[in-house]
Amino acid sequence: MTKELSDLSRDLIAVRDLRDREAFGRLFDYFAPRLKAQLLRSGLRDGSAEDVVQDVMLAVWHKAAQFDPHRADAAGWIYGIARNRRIDLARRKPLSQPEEMPELPSVEPDAGQVLALQQEAEHLAAALARLTPEQAEALRAAYFDEIPHSRISEMTGLPLGTIKSRIRLGLDRLRHELRSIAP
Amino acid sequence: MTNRQTDIQHHISDDLLDAYRTGTLPHAFSVVVAAHISLCDECRARHEARDMIGGALLAGAGTAAISSGARDRIMAALEAPPPPPAPRGSGVFPAPVMAELGGRPPRWRMLGGGIRQQILSADREGSLRLLYIPPGKAVPEHGHRGLELTLVLQGSFADSEGAFRRGDVETAHDDIDHQPVAGPGEPCICLAATDAPLRFHAMLPSLLQPIFRI
Repeated sequence: MTKELSDLSRDLIAVRDLRDREAFGRLFDYFAPRLKAQLLRSGLRDGSAEDVVQDVMLAVWHKAAQFDPHRADAAGWIYGIARNRRIDLARRKPLSQPEEMPELPSVEPDAGQVLALQQEAEHLAAALARLTPEQAEALRAAYFDEIPHSRISEMTGLPLGTIKSRIRLGLDRLRHELRSIAP
Repeated sequence: MTNRQTDIQHHISDDLLDAYRTGTLPHAFSVVVAAHISLCDECRARHEARDMIGGALLAGAGTAAISSGARDRIMAALEAPPPPPAPRGSGVFPAPVMAELGGRPPRWRMLGGGIRQQILSADREGSLRLLYIPPGKAVPEHGHRGLELTLVLQGSFADSEGAFRRGDVETAHDDIDHQPVAGPGEPCICLAATDAPLRFHAMLPSLLQPIFRI
């Protein structure tokens, strides 16, 4: 999996810099089935889920210029685009978005920083696996299923304070293990 | 492009960040969070770190088969022109505020005492406005029934909770009865979101509040 993840970031950079359609095709083959499964789990029907996946992947193509490997890995960056798209389906007004980071063409890519971030992204899965089952479940609900804390509390029957503290403890533990994660 | 700040002291809470990310925060507060992230590298990193967790979980998550024509359809769609870009930041206003302004400079409305405002949105969920307060002037003392977020975009203000400069967010719950005073130097421009009409003590009788919408 380690190698697979860095290949994804390389493909995304090829899409960004070279508008490489083959590289985009590989990103589609990897992410589309995963994003679709996530959408189906959140309750969308098959056809709608696939429409959303198309929207998300098209946005990946158009927004690729904003991908900065100093700040994100491909999976995290594409996840963010998918999260925004999913949220907007349920909102009356589209979610207000932060300003894009300025592109600094004069700054040479810092290979060390890019590599360090890449390695931490790869270690993240292992660090998540070392959390207690309760913490891992709480982080998954909050940052993968994107369920509001109050709803997690309703679904599990656990007090809101318990849910919040599991999320905080899980984030703290990830932060201790991974330098660039800043929860 | 607006300047980002590195000396921000007052940030958004974990709860607000998480509510923003799940889309459950009312529009007015979402704009304040997005504007703060635009100015604050630390909170942008907190936000992006959560997406990295989502990305890591995506890698190990299940898959669902994509229908046979989908890949060809998207490869063909890549030729289509890109959607128009979102408004950029301008002057002291970061991009999410410019988006609320429709890409135009603010059209201030005088409130008296040199204080100006422009309402950006107002509905049952809450209201969002820009405030312009001359140096040394006090925003009339007010309590509020719910949550109020105030982000400084220019100048500064101070109240019982501390001093707030560009990029700082004051998070005030309904137990705070505060009287912000604009600092010396530049006029203070801030972005304020509330989930209930403000209750001004002195400046306007409460009957007039619906008319002035403050």
